[in-house]
Amino acid sequence: MRAPTVTSVTCPVCGCLCDDLEVTVRDNRIVAVKNACAVSEAKFLSYHCHRQTTPLIRKDGQLKEASLEEAIQRSAQILTGASYPILYGWSNTSCEAIRVGVELAEEVGGIIDNTSTVCHGPSVLSIQDVGLASCTLGQLRHRADLVIYWGSNPWSSHPRHVERYTAFTDGRFQASTWRRYLARQDAAEAKKRVQRATVLASGKRVSVPPLVSRRLPPTMQRMERKMVVVDVRRTRSAEVADYFLQVEPNSDYELLQALRVLVMDGELDVEEVSGVPVEVLEEVADVMVNCSLGVLFFGVGLTMSQGKLRNVDAAISLVRDLNRRTKFLIMPMRGHFNVTGADTVFTWQTGYPYAVDLSHGYPQYNPGETSIVDILLRGEADASLVVASDPVAHLPRDAVKSLVGNPIIVIDPHVTATALMADVVIPSAFVGIEAPGTAYRMDHVPLPLKKLVEPPQGVLTDKEILQMILGQVRRLKGGVET
Amino acid sequence: MCGWRWGFMVKLRVSLLTGRTLEQGRGKEYGKLSEEYWRDVAVCEMDPEDMRVLEVKEGDGVKIKTDFGSVVVRAKESERAPHPKVVFIPYGPWANLLVNPRTQSSGMPTLKGIPAEVELAPGAEPQTLPKLLKEHYGRK
Repeated sequence: MRAPTVTSVTCPVCGCLCDDLEVTVRDNRIVAVKNACAVSEAKFLSYHCHRQTTPLIRKDGQLKEASLEEAIQRSAQILTGASYPILYGWSNTSCEAIRVGVELAEEVGGIIDNTSTVCHGPSVLSIQDVGLASCTLGQLRHRADLVIYWGSNPWSSHPRHVERYTAFTDGRFQASTWRRYLARQDAAEAKKRVQRATVLASGKRVSVPPLVSRRLPPTMQRMERKMVVVDVRRTRSAEVADYFLQVEPNSDYELLQALRVLVMDGELDVEEVSGVPVEVLEEVADVMVNCSLGVLFFGVGLTMSQGKLRNVDAAISLVRDLNRRTKFLIMPMRGHFNVTGADTVFTWQTGYPYAVDLSHGYPQYNPGETSIVDILLRGEADASLVVASDPVAHLPRDAVKSLVGNPIIVIDPHVTATALMADVVIPSAFVGIEAPGTAYRMDHVPLPLKKLVEPPQGVLTDKEILQMILGQVRRLKGGVET
Repeated sequence: MCGWRWGFMVKLRVSLLTGRTLEQGRGKEYGKLSEEYWRDVAVCEMDPEDMRVLEVKEGDGVKIKTDFGSVVVRAKESERAPHPKVVFIPYGPWANLLVNPRTQSSGMPTLKGIPAEVELAPGAEPQTLPKLLKEHYGRK
């Protein structure tokens, strides 16, 4: 008998939320997945490996198996006993679970923060300052004729973004640049072969190409879809692009401001900016001004380097200037599959998208003060609840040292570095594989996540576990469970 | 002797970038304790010319040091050179021993463009995740 195939499955990996996956299930096990990228395939086919299915509690310095009731009880005791607990993570779970998380944060009077804080948090701050001209990915797929990725490497971080939404997709009004890319690859291979032959014949090293080509390729002047990558290093995405602009590390701000000057027909009295010759910048500015609909996708290359939110300010301001000459849009490349949903639910519930302090009984928001890294560096938190995230693997060392100095509760289907350091570990079901839910794509389009297989016996969803902890916290505080 | 000049170990001042790679993304889905994750994340992509200067070969252990910490990872020749004096380590526990935790009141630590020094670490290889956690944070 043929194994049943589930169609239109939404992928719970990155902010693209590709919803065209086809998953084959046999005997409650995923045996094949179609249309998935390498990361998505690894998740669907390997999610059951390296997995803990029984709750753990640390006793005498060792994590030991415990019942779910014990783990819930211990978690509630830790949270009610703490005066300033952190509730962190949320980007890899459903909006439904996040909503319960916000309620729990309010009940225990803690800080609730999501992974935006070490991802696109500065972008959120900039958007609040400057605004954002944006749209859905569908519009860009059909209409954008100039696609710029700045400080982003979609080939690695969002592997199907280019294929589904930009350069390699056939839109209603814009054709795919796939064949042009193949032709360019063939030409590059031929060039490499000639270089190798030259080295073999002459025994001399061939000079390496310059970091920035002084001429834009002819394809950049054509009235058809073009892709440009601006980054500090030549990534795989840069090779896919029609043109790659290499900027010196920590100098994106200067390059963005230089482009603003050129877009507004100003002149620059220097030879180069951020390692890029001004004549090249002038040509790039011309391409930007002359497009019909351009889009600038920016990644954490802007938010994690010097300047942080000011880099994003400059990028948004460039797009604002471009809108005086043509039509241009801008969008952050959100990483985890539901980080946009976490921001959305936090905002809907508290008024603020991340780094929300509920310790006063009402929401306060001041990233830099109420954000997890700053709180940990100041040593103010005295307990933490980590849901669907791994801060021990992804925060700087000093912040992790502060985090592990206090009790940690982990709710996660994976065995993570944070779980190894935790006091309580409650394994949960994989959202989008073993549990349904809602997630927001990077363009703020909500999509349903499907349940494809049953979770292991006794393993509950994040939402159910959080509801149980919330109920126990209310019982311990003497309140009424609702 | 590899990586030595006049009795001194050669060091190179570089700019450290951290970021996502396809292999890192796949490795974390295989599991943070998996061989794949350790192999793909405890690495440092270097410019071939910089490797030649340091006399580092593909797979050698290299010690990276910043103002905030140091770590040993495996050298990997960059497929997309040239990027002289720029090294790249994928996001993960190894890179996070090196990054600048200060947020400049933005909430975001600095994870890219960090001044660093690289040198050959003869015979050394990256710690596994449990060993790293035990040494730096005291628990496993």
